[in-house]
Amino acid sequence: MVDLRCGRKLGRQHVSDQSIPLSIQDLTVAWHRRPVIWDVEFDVSPGRLVGIVGPNGAGKSTLLKAVMDLVPKASGRVEIFGRPWRESRQRVGYVPQRESVDWDFPVSVLDVVTMGLYGRIGWFGRVRRGHREAARRALEQVGIGELADRQISQLSGGQQQRTFLARALVQEADLYLMDEPFAAVDAATEQAIVGILRSMRAAGRTAVVIHHDLHTVPDYFDSVVLLNMRVVAEGPTHEVFTRENLERTYGGRLTLLEEATEALRRREQRL
Amino acid sequence: MRVPDFEVFAAGHWWPLVPGVAGSFRDRIGSLLLFEHYNTRVVVLGALLLGLASGMVGCFTLLRRRALVGDALSHATLPGVGLAFLLGPLAGYDGGNRLVLLAGAAASGIAGAAAILFIRSLPRLKEDAALGIVLSVFFGAGVALLTVVQQTSAGRAAGLDRYIFGQAASMTADDARLIAGTAALAALLIACNFRSLTLLCFDEGYAAAQGYSIPLLDLLLMFLVVLITMIGLQAVGLILMIAMLVIPAAAARFWTNRLWVMLLISGLIGGLSGFLGAMLSAVFADLPSGAVIVLTCSLLFFLSLLLGRERGVLVRSLRRRELSAAIDREHLLRGIWELRESAVEFSGAVAERRAAGFEELLSLRSWSVSRLRAQIRRASAEGLVWLNSEGAIELTRRGVMEAERLVHHHRLWELYLITHADVAASRVDREADAIEHVLEPELIARLEQLLLQRQRSGEIPASPHEMAGFQSQAGSVASPEGRLP
Repeated sequence: MVDLRCGRKLGRQHVSDQSIPLSIQDLTVAWHRRPVIWDVEFDVSPGRLVGIVGPNGAGKSTLLKAVMDLVPKASGRVEIFGRPWRESRQRVGYVPQRESVDWDFPVSVLDVVTMGLYGRIGWFGRVRRGHREAARRALEQVGIGELADRQISQLSGGQQQRTFLARALVQEADLYLMDEPFAAVDAATEQAIVGILRSMRAAGRTAVVIHHDLHTVPDYFDSVVLLNMRVVAEGPTHEVFTRENLERTYGGRLTLLEEATEALRRREQRL
Repeated sequence: MRVPDFEVFAAGHWWPLVPGVAGSFRDRIGSLLLFEHYNTRVVVLGALLLGLASGMVGCFTLLRRRALVGDALSHATLPGVGLAFLLGPLAGYDGGNRLVLLAGAAASGIAGAAAILFIRSLPRLKEDAALGIVLSVFFGAGVALLTVVQQTSAGRAAGLDRYIFGQAASMTADDARLIAGTAALAALLIACNFRSLTLLCFDEGYAAAQGYSIPLLDLLLMFLVVLITMIGLQAVGLILMIAMLVIPAAAARFWTNRLWVMLLISGLIGGLSGFLGAMLSAVFADLPSGAVIVLTCSLLFFLSLLLGRERGVLVRSLRRRELSAAIDREHLLRGIWELRESAVEFSGAVAERRAAGFEELLSLRSWSVSRLRAQIRRASAEGLVWLNSEGAIELTRRGVMEAERLVHHHRLWELYLITHADVAASRVDREADAIEHVLEPELIARLEQLLLQRQRSGEIPASPHEMAGFQSQAGSVASPEGRLP
């Protein structure tokens, strides 16, 4: 009887653990019934830098968005510090892809960073000097303090990325979700971001980072999640980040799963 | 649809009705400028407030890249007008009551907004499809309803089709009060939600992650558009309403890079076009107010396009000219300095030669005689060079300092191109030319760090390539080999 109540996931009894920054259980996301990620399941331990690695279209961004309820989940559960997303939103800092916004928008760098404080300022509160100072400090931290008053269209790619990073930093979150912060940035920016990630870790914070450059994975991340629609492997980088696992993740041949999805998509289109 | 009767509703036929102004044109303008007539004051004030509000709301729809939502929503108000007229009497209201008509317009505008949001959420249908469907279906229904209304005598008397093209002259004091109230409401909503709307327009994903409800904010934005359209029906008409939502905001973008300043300027441009447009249509009694307001607005747009302080055509071309003048000056200073350098080298570092002849300089680059002359004139006005007694161009002390800085940057960049970017030594001069004028101090520091470990910072490295054009001057030039640090 007891076994029956435990359900199909024998041996994996779920306990809400306040100390686990991010816990994902059998998460599936579908776009109009076409699955994008299948049955994803992993936990992230506190104070670690976790890389999410996988080919294009593997569902990496979708995974982050599903964690934040930005896309509807077909099934599964996500907990942040043992609580659902809605209740722990304030503890999460999000760094979206740089290309996702219009960099010609009429705001200054400082304005963008201050957006990280809107949650704290509240609906009717005012942006005060303390807020602006916090934003300036965050900009100093990412090394572009002198650009605070520039219009954002005058930034280089690396500076744009640093601006986004500062906006997340100013939130003083405990868990950071970053969507390709290293994409197309200059070497100096890359080093600056790595430095910030490491000081976050030293302060006991956790970061989950989507990453493209396989060469730097062992150097940057403590743990890695190899994702290609489902989790191919996850765990400490030195154990999981192997040639064999990478081949399984990036394998040229279509996996059965992809074939099934493709068939499903074709049928959808006919309907 | 019956072709709208311009004679009746498009012209500002109210003017001759105002007592005592059937006189000369000059009298008309005179009395208009003094706002002698209550009616003129009402109309002009109403149009001004409408423009102010639509300019501010338009900023957000433009930045959200949903400018055309305004067009769909303004067309979507028409069936509401017809329905309110037909159903109003059932609820005990006079069908011609303007408040009832405008409430109907707002209701059907909101229904249109909901329809847009719904269609967009369907798979494989995008924004443009949603807008096209809502615009045409609602407008079609509105035209059909209006045709029915026109067949009743009360309907003809109510003149509902004035809402299509607008007729500011028919505005009453009550209408102006309604416009003022609604504009104030719109301004209040914007002020309360300024940050949320900014975040919505700039970075939707981040806004959602911060806990803002995107559909709710979109609905708020559409509600604002419906409010503005509702009060704009009378003066501008639903067909041209989109102009008041797009053009002031687009014009304001040329003037500033700050959102709240853009909001103010956009409101100002909208208000000014409402004001001037209503005045003009009052002076020339046959001009339809909606069209005149929109034309005034587009005139202001073209002025902004030309003169805008941040991105206007004029400012941009001035900036380009400034940049090219700065580049010319840098070429001139570097040219004189390098001529002097090669002369010193040739004669064994003894001769102090700071000047260069005009012909020598002319042969350095492909500049024309007049361009070089102008350049020398400008540089001497800036105190960088002077003409010595022999008629040669000589660097002043400040000129030497500036030239040394430039040569330093130029050569750093050349070195970088050769050692790090694999550019052939014979080509680096040209490539460095293009980029050195835009090097920022931060980048210079990094280049120095990268290339000049063995050299003192600030010291000018030797040229890594043969100095073309100097042979005739120096007779022979040291070979470029062995010059690389």
